[in-house]
Amino acid sequence: MISLSLAPTATWYLILAAVLFAIGTLGVLVRRNPLVMFMCIELMLNAVNLSFVTLARELNDINGQTIVFFVMVVAAAEVVVGLGIIVSIMRNRAVLTTDDLAELKG
Amino acid sequence: MEFFVFVCAALMILLGAVGVIVRKHPVHAALSLVLTLFGVAVLFVAQEAHFLAAVQVIVYAGAIVVLFLFVIMLLGVDRVENLRTEPLTAQRPLAIIASLGLLGVLVAAIVNGNGVLNERGSGINLPDLQNGSDANTVQLAESIFSQYVVAFEVTSVLLVIAVVGTVLLTRKAKLGAK
Repeated sequence: MISLSLAPTATWYLILAAVLFAIGTLGVLVRRNPLVMFMCIELMLNAVNLSFVTLARELNDINGQTIVFFVMVVAAAEVVVGLGIIVSIMRNRAVLTTDDLAELKG
Repeated sequence: MEFFVFVCAALMILLGAVGVIVRKHPVHAALSLVLTLFGVAVLFVAQEAHFLAAVQVIVYAGAIVVLFLFVIMLLGVDRVENLRTEPLTAQRPLAIIASLGLLGVLVAAIVNGNGVLNERGSGINLPDLQNGSDANTVQLAESIFSQYVVAFEVTSVLLVIAVVGTVLLTRKAKLGAK
């Protein structure tokens, strides 16, 4: 039985991050809307960030938090480029599902 | 107390994450994403990463989700997606099996590796009377601007390239130009 005074250990945080990552994977595999697929990729990135911060505290090392900073910047750049591609594709097509984007030609 | 914070934040994260993948409307999915991002920010605070928690709220919830909402509303793609019909038969059960398998592998690795990672780094400054209330920010800045300054500069180049590339991608062709 878990008592309420129990402090959550690093294992709990890591398992929560693993569950979040699995949910993000499921979303990328199941959804058909590229915007929602992008959101699921953000979920996976956040799961990895949570693992990094947890291990930074567990191993008493600031480098884990530094990596999270860079991951956030790269995620922002990735979202900007991805949404730009989606916008330029949507100029020419009415429907937006990934099944319609089977060829690279715009 | 930390247990209570952890349970509340974990509920926020999991509810938001499930909301992202089951809500039909893309706007609802984006708002569920905000819930997850706030939960992660709470857990960052609970683990003494104060600067990253602030950046998480500002950059993710403030900028990235707003960007998603802008694109959804600008393109007018806020139609409800039909989640009932699945064009590829057996794709959805296979996806569930694959992600459950991934979860199993990850949890097994975490439980097996519990206690293995015990090398100690140089230490994280916790905010107290001696270090000051901004100890985490100061230490992170020292790390970024000394040890990782080259990576920091490369990241700024990456951001410039991303902005220029996006402008180029979404620019309308000039009138009369072939």
